[in-house]
Amino acid sequence: MDKTAFGRRFVRDFLTNKYLYAMMIPVIAYYLIFQYTPMYGVLIAFKNYVPAKGILGSPWVGLDHFQAFFDSYYFLRVLSNTIIISVYSLLFEFPAPIILALMINEVRSRRYKKFVQTVTYMPYFISMIVIAGLIRDFTDSGGVINTLYSYFGGDGTSMLQHAGLFRPIYILSEIWQKIGWESIIYLAALMGIDQDQYEAARIDGAGRLKQIWYVTLPGILPTIVILFILRVGNLLNVGFEKIILLYNPITYETADVISSFVYRKGLLEFNWSYSTSVGVFNSVINLTLLVLANWLSRKVTKNSLW
Amino acid sequence: MITDRSLGRRVFIAGNFTFLFLISFLCLMPIMHILAISFSSGAAAAAGKVSLWPVDFTTAAYDNVFGKPEYLRAFWVSIQRVLLGTALSMALMIVTAYPLSKDPRQFRLRTFYAWVFVFTILFSGGLIPTYLTVKNLGMIDTLWALVLPTAIPVFNVILLLNFYRNLPKELEESSRIDGAGHFKTLWKIYVPLSLPALATTGLFTVVGHWNSWFDGMLYMNHTENYPLQTFLQTVIIKMDFRFIKAEQAELMVKLSDRTSRAAQIFVAAFPILIVYPFLQRFFIKGIVMGSVKE
Repeated sequence: MDKTAFGRRFVRDFLTNKYLYAMMIPVIAYYLIFQYTPMYGVLIAFKNYVPAKGILGSPWVGLDHFQAFFDSYYFLRVLSNTIIISVYSLLFEFPAPIILALMINEVRSRRYKKFVQTVTYMPYFISMIVIAGLIRDFTDSGGVINTLYSYFGGDGTSMLQHAGLFRPIYILSEIWQKIGWESIIYLAALMGIDQDQYEAARIDGAGRLKQIWYVTLPGILPTIVILFILRVGNLLNVGFEKIILLYNPITYETADVISSFVYRKGLLEFNWSYSTSVGVFNSVINLTLLVLANWLSRKVTKNSLW
Repeated sequence: MITDRSLGRRVFIAGNFTFLFLISFLCLMPIMHILAISFSSGAAAAAGKVSLWPVDFTTAAYDNVFGKPEYLRAFWVSIQRVLLGTALSMALMIVTAYPLSKDPRQFRLRTFYAWVFVFTILFSGGLIPTYLTVKNLGMIDTLWALVLPTAIPVFNVILLLNFYRNLPKELEESSRIDGAGHFKTLWKIYVPLSLPALATTGLFTVVGHWNSWFDGMLYMNHTENYPLQTFLQTVIIKMDFRFIKAEQAELMVKLSDRTSRAAQIFVAAFPILIVYPFLQRFFIKGIVMGSVKE
């Protein structure tokens, strides 16, 4: 019933917008092949995938892979590592661009402003490989950061060999790479604040700090809230690219996160079904968190993504 | 404008200035340092004498890098993927953004397609199913595996989409009245008007393709098909940790490796540093334009 109604709407829409549809053929093909086929491929999380039998022909195993993951020693380790790294970056990396934007906003010289912006945006465009290369060189014995660290009690050996140092290295390099780029959006929000509000605040006798507190911060609060929701929604979404370039078996205990675990199990150990089930677990939690964070924010602050 | 000349204010301005200068310096320092190492002699780099200026200037590391056929081959693969990938992405991005920018009254199922599009941001097949799809299509070890799976970058489409939405509706209406169809309207009106937005998204795509490394490792079984960043990954990962308590001789070997590695890192970042000033000019405007909803 519902289906035929949709079918009729589709036909009518198709006829009125023939050329629009003709235009969309490659797009629809792309989405079917490269986005929705893999979604269908997620079925292997509930099967024992055997390449020769294909996705449909492989035997169903239900939730066995999920069970195996929850029961394994790795479950708690990768889950807590993911959460800890996420929370650290929420605490340290999230506020950094806000502070930078506020500071840039206080600069009166346009040229200096431009200079700071140009230079701080740049690291964002440098490839992960180059970043990892820099980190490895600097933290290796004889590298700049390593030498610096040895004044504060480092033993001079490669810092990536110490499980306790992995997270600080990860977070600090993350701040280094993203602080400028992420400040753009706050700067745009700051430019949108009505200058009359500052004028009014000044007339009311508000000093600089009070102006920041009562005018600037409320002005960019919606932006902060939206970006915060996105962050919380991505709490379990720590990307593996940087992790797998920097970790090694010695630092797995602090560095191994869900996505790097999925990568190792699936592509290095060929446990395709198991790895996919871990990935599905991750996606489901992420989606739930995003919906929850959005709901909470709409209740509390009236700002939300949808 | 009332100017505040109190002591506290002046201290703040000076402090702010200095702090921002330090941050800027920290952003540049790593690249300058790696450049300095790459132009220094192995011995100087080993002794930790190099800071921001080369010591015992030599181009040996670069001669070494450019003498390596596998490095040059990887460089060539990267250039190919950038050219093919960007051309393909731009074309697809335009034909994705244009229909989605239409009014739902005209394009009834727009909302449906918008959801089809947005849903892929919220949920995706994940690593293994995507890999299996590409494998089943027989694209392993071909350039297609590097350009097709990421051919429609969502972020860029949204930028372009918002740009199209903000164009006056009258433009399209008048061109339709003159008898132009969707293809003509898109090509003659939307594309020329959106050149700044296209330049922004195009440069993003170029940078994305140049920087991407993981897909190369995932989809290429043979190392001679590796793009530059993937090739470089093998070089960087190979850094050997067994030398921690090494003899002096071994340390020397390892650390003149260091200048060569520095040179390779710098060459990999170089094209980005070249396009960056152009990119920079566009992207702020492009992003601000694209992120404003009517």
